[in-house]
Amino acid sequence: MGDLIEIVVAKYNYWIYITLMMIGLYAMIVKNNLVKKIVGMNIFQTAIILYYVSTGAKRGATIPILEHGHDGHAHVIHAADYINPLPHVLMLTAIVVSVATLGVALALAIRIYHRYNTLEEDEILAQIREK
Amino acid sequence: MSQQYPALLVIVPLLSAFMISGAGWVNKRLCFPIAVAALGVAAYSCIGLLLRVLDEGVIVYKLGGWDPPVGIAYYVDHLNGLVLAVVSVVAFLNLIACKKSIEQEFPEKTGPFYTLYVLMVTGLLGIVVTGDAFNLYVLLEIAALTGYGLLAMGEERAPLAALNYLYMGTIGACFYLLGVGYLYIVTGSLNMVDIAHILPDLYQSKAVLAAFIICMVGVWLKMAFFPLHAWLPNAYTYAPSAASSLIAPLVTKVMIYVMIRLILTVFTPEFAFNVLAVSKPIVWLAVIAIVMGAILALAERNLKKMLTYVIVAEVGYMVGGAWLGNRAGMTGAILHIVNDALMTLCVFLVVGNIVYKLKGYAFEDLKGLVRKMPFTMGAFVIGALSIIGVPPTCGFFSKWYLISGAIQAGQYAFMVALLFSSLVNVVLFFRVIEICYYEPFSEDHGHGHDHHPEPMAEAPLTMLVPLFIVAAGLVLVGIYTGDIVNKIIEFAIPKGIV
Repeated sequence: MGDLIEIVVAKYNYWIYITLMMIGLYAMIVKNNLVKKIVGMNIFQTAIILYYVSTGAKRGATIPILEHGHDGHAHVIHAADYINPLPHVLMLTAIVVSVATLGVALALAIRIYHRYNTLEEDEILAQIREK
Repeated sequence: MSQQYPALLVIVPLLSAFMISGAGWVNKRLCFPIAVAALGVAAYSCIGLLLRVLDEGVIVYKLGGWDPPVGIAYYVDHLNGLVLAVVSVVAFLNLIACKKSIEQEFPEKTGPFYTLYVLMVTGLLGIVVTGDAFNLYVLLEIAALTGYGLLAMGEERAPLAALNYLYMGTIGACFYLLGVGYLYIVTGSLNMVDIAHILPDLYQSKAVLAAFIICMVGVWLKMAFFPLHAWLPNAYTYAPSAASSLIAPLVTKVMIYVMIRLILTVFTPEFAFNVLAVSKPIVWLAVIAIVMGAILALAERNLKKMLTYVIVAEVGYMVGGAWLGNRAGMTGAILHIVNDALMTLCVFLVVGNIVYKLKGYAFEDLKGLVRKMPFTMGAFVIGALSIIGVPPTCGFFSKWYLISGAIQAGQYAFMVALLFSSLVNVVLFFRVIEICYYEPFSEDHGHGHDHHPEPMAEAPLTMLVPLFIVAAGLVLVGIYTGDIVNKIIEFAIPKGIV
């Protein structure tokens, strides 16, 4: 039991992202309303973004901007003093992708609403079956 | 000029997409020539690149002059040189073939359609050419997002089907991204070649195993590998014919390329086939995919939907072939990427022509069609023979390699599944051919006019000529299979795989 708590506490960023991801997946599978599914999908994507961001973080580190000395010589740089900027930069792109996905998904939901006058999946399927 | 081919094949379509979008506001008739020019340049660069690779070997193109692993590099070797040429040529031919049907199906939206079309081809070419794992994710999403838009432009049920595809596609891409994240935290690199150099010391790491599983599941979702195929049939069936004949041949095939690239370059065959003992279970999954795809296709009474299930079965062929873990199987899988792209394009162009003339694609609509559209149906027969696997069409040869790979690996179930699927394909396609050739045309509803010869109402020449080129290509690729295998695919597979 003690081991388990240690694992959870030491790697809490992973547990948070997995929990969020599962919440998103649950919403996508179980929810009946199309917009709720889309929100679940967005939670799913955000979980992965949080995971990436957390991998770049370090305890006691600062933002990765190098300060140059007055006489033009750079100070000695310790990588441990700076957080890793690469995952953060990657996630800028991933955030753009997830916003674009959300936009496309909501646009499709609007098209669906115009055709069936509802966003509840069971009602849409019932209408399709009637035809 | 030829030094810049790897950049041109992505940048020209990308910038042209914006130009088409702008030109759509000024004059809709400008859109099509710009799209043709853009994809023409892309196809020219891809073929030029393939010829250069044949001469010089692997080409590394550093974007912005930054050395890998810091910068993003494009690697072109025999494997993706071949896939690039196929993707660009298929997209180009389909664009020309579909001009009329695009104008007929949504005359007001031609500008947006061509924009999305060219952007999607950009994404697909980028996926194939890139050597950076994260770059691949971004291009994957470009191809996917434009694909959702294109598919949703279809009939009444298209938006719902596209939304379902969007859910599944997003989960797939996110899984791939997550897998890349795991690889990044253990290797500190995103460059595929660099990752492959660092990984051998880490083969026992659980994070690498997790990365491998998550990446594979993500890619399988995207390629509609059997239990994860549920989004594909509806999305492709209800799509406009121009979109389905672009997406059906290319998207699943490009994802199979990604899987093969992950096996061969990123995780290395040593890890995939020797360290992990997963080849057998995955080939079994492929067996189930092939059998189920064939059975589900039999249940359909609708030509387009039947073809979508044939695609599900074909995905099983390629996944199984790649995972046999021997040279013949891998050769078969890579050859089948080429062949299946052409075969699927051929039959979907036929469906496009039928929809253009008849506005329907259920089996009842096809009665007596051969008298009405003899040339289209002639091409359909060639495509059908190729999917069944009759020599000298190309489908026979890739199936031959896959079966001999299965025998070498001792995976007899895979061999049986391939033969079973071929038999089912015979039933499927001869059922369609029988309806088209022997049942009377149904327009007069049996009022006793059976003896009147039906007037010929063939699709326009712009649709027929690309279809004939593809149909001829099926036979030519079949005849030159030996050259393709000996000169290209032989070098695409690392020496370690025997």
